[in-house]
Amino acid sequence: MSTLIDGLSLGSVYALIALGYTMVYGIAKMLNFAHGDIIMVGSYAIFTTMSLCGFPLVAILVAVVVCTLLGIAIEKVAYKPLRGASPLAVLITAIGVSYLLQGIAQLIYGSTSKPVTIINMGNFQIGNSTVRVSSIVTLVVGAILMVILTLFINMTKTGRAMIAVSEDRGAAELMGINVNKIISITFAIGSALAAAASVCYLFQIPSTMPTLGAMPGIKAFTAAVIGGIGSIPGAVIGGVLLGVIENVCKSTPLSPFTTAIEFGLLIVILLVKPTGILGKKRREKV
Amino acid sequence: MALLEVKDLQVFYGVIQAIKGISFEVNQGEIVTLIGANGAGKTTTMQSIMGLIKPRDGSIVYDGKNITGMPTHKIVEMGMTQVPEGRRVFSELTVYENLLMGAYTEKDRSRIKEDIEEIYTIFPRLGERKSQVAGTLSGGEQQMLAMGRAIMSHPKLLMLDEPSMGLSPALVDQVFEIIKHFHNTGTTILLVEQNANKSLAISDRAYVLENGRITVTGTGKELMASEEIRKAYLGG
Ligand SMILES: Nc1ncnc2c1ncn2[C@@H]1O[C@H](COP(=O)(O)OP(=O)(O)O)[C@@H](O)[C@H]1O
Ligand SMILES: [Mg+2]
Repeated sequence: MSTLIDGLSLGSVYALIALGYTMVYGIAKMLNFAHGDIIMVGSYAIFTTMSLCGFPLVAILVAVVVCTLLGIAIEKVAYKPLRGASPLAVLITAIGVSYLLQGIAQLIYGSTSKPVTIINMGNFQIGNSTVRVSSIVTLVVGAILMVILTLFINMTKTGRAMIAVSEDRGAAELMGINVNKIISITFAIGSALAAAASVCYLFQIPSTMPTLGAMPGIKAFTAAVIGGIGSIPGAVIGGVLLGVIENVCKSTPLSPFTTAIEFGLLIVILLVKPTGILGKKRREKV
Repeated sequence: MALLEVKDLQVFYGVIQAIKGISFEVNQGEIVTLIGANGAGKTTTMQSIMGLIKPRDGSIVYDGKNITGMPTHKIVEMGMTQVPEGRRVFSELTVYENLLMGAYTEKDRSRIKEDIEEIYTIFPRLGERKSQVAGTLSGGEQQMLAMGRAIMSHPKLLMLDEPSMGLSPALVDQVFEIIKHFHNTGTTILLVEQNANKSLAISDRAYVLENGRITVTGTGKELMASEEIRKAYLGG
């Protein structure tokens, strides 16, 4: 029971991060490998605000604002000038941005891990199993954000413009949609979700270091690919699936092989369905 | 007065020159056709005018303003849009949402609502299928949707890139009826067609594009009467 709840909550953290990967891929057609590092920046934003003022809500707000602005800035400075460049150039730039962010964090905060306690939430009992309150909070926050995102994308003008741009950038331009603006909004939303993921992650593991974003970043990317990159429900399904599998594996003797099993799942799914669980075959443009 | 004036347009794909210095104009209230065989450069010309491709040289003046190199969405705001080749409706959005996208630059919601109702009157099929995702429509219905979507922005100049491509004769007739309707309600039309019979019949003037160059120009009637044109584009 508690294993499942912890798994679901880890899964919602992965899903929140995976949403950023998948939205940016769907709309800007690029893999933003620096996305995981946004989580790290968010965690340091919380660390700094907490040590300055100590109000958890202020810290969370600061993290969201910092991450959102950072996401927009990265896109403007690093990726926008490369619109139309080869995908390889964009990929290398993204990896460069990732190292840059880690380097800056190391310069400011050093390479050792720092404790970041936002709130101590404790545990409670359901029957004879102990459930962490932080897991429930994470699960609820994740679910709420995903519902809001889904409503935003399907019900608002900007959301529908995002669908249009992801489907056909040229046709979207012909509608009068400013595609650059939509891409910028996408980075902003993806980064805000990463900040939320950062908060939830710190609920579970209350410490940070410059490479904090690397592993959850890779896992969430795997989740996005498993679910079908570009697909929003796919990112949620992939994230939750991976989180549950990870936590279940860790509670069995297979524990040392957890990561291997996760990437194994990725390979199996890609062999069976190369576009991922909910992925669509992209219509080739003529 | 020329609503659109293209001068010495040159467009390259890498080192290959697709458009080799063409000039033409579309006057307010006209229907003008660009005819040409597959690969002549019709789509390239249309996309260059809309700013989707950056020309190497030449100028595009619309409504007295130089729009060369302007971003596409700004050009759309100025009152010009295009029904692209191959329809390119948003297949994941419903018919209704596609039409809403067409009105992206329009702020007045009640006007958008009226316009959509108007589209459903012109194209009853779209009204019947308004909640259906566009990917599930037939080719003819998608063409109607692409045309309805484009007219939602009330363009002063509407360009259509091979709107009759791949449609049955009955549907082709319907497409040309709609173009005439748009024209009658005050829209200036620039039409691109490979099959020239119907388009020349409704055109005030036409240009023949061959291999990236304009080789013949005249009124629709003149071109239909020309022996050469009949042989090349009108099937004898
Ligand atoms: N994206 C592209 N890359 C390279 N060459 C292209 C591209 N698009 C079109 N061309 C070439 O440019 C020429 C004109 O094409 P196009 O404008 O599509 O002609 P049309 O619309 O008249 O059939 C053709 O020779 C075509 O092969
Ligand atoms: Mg063409």
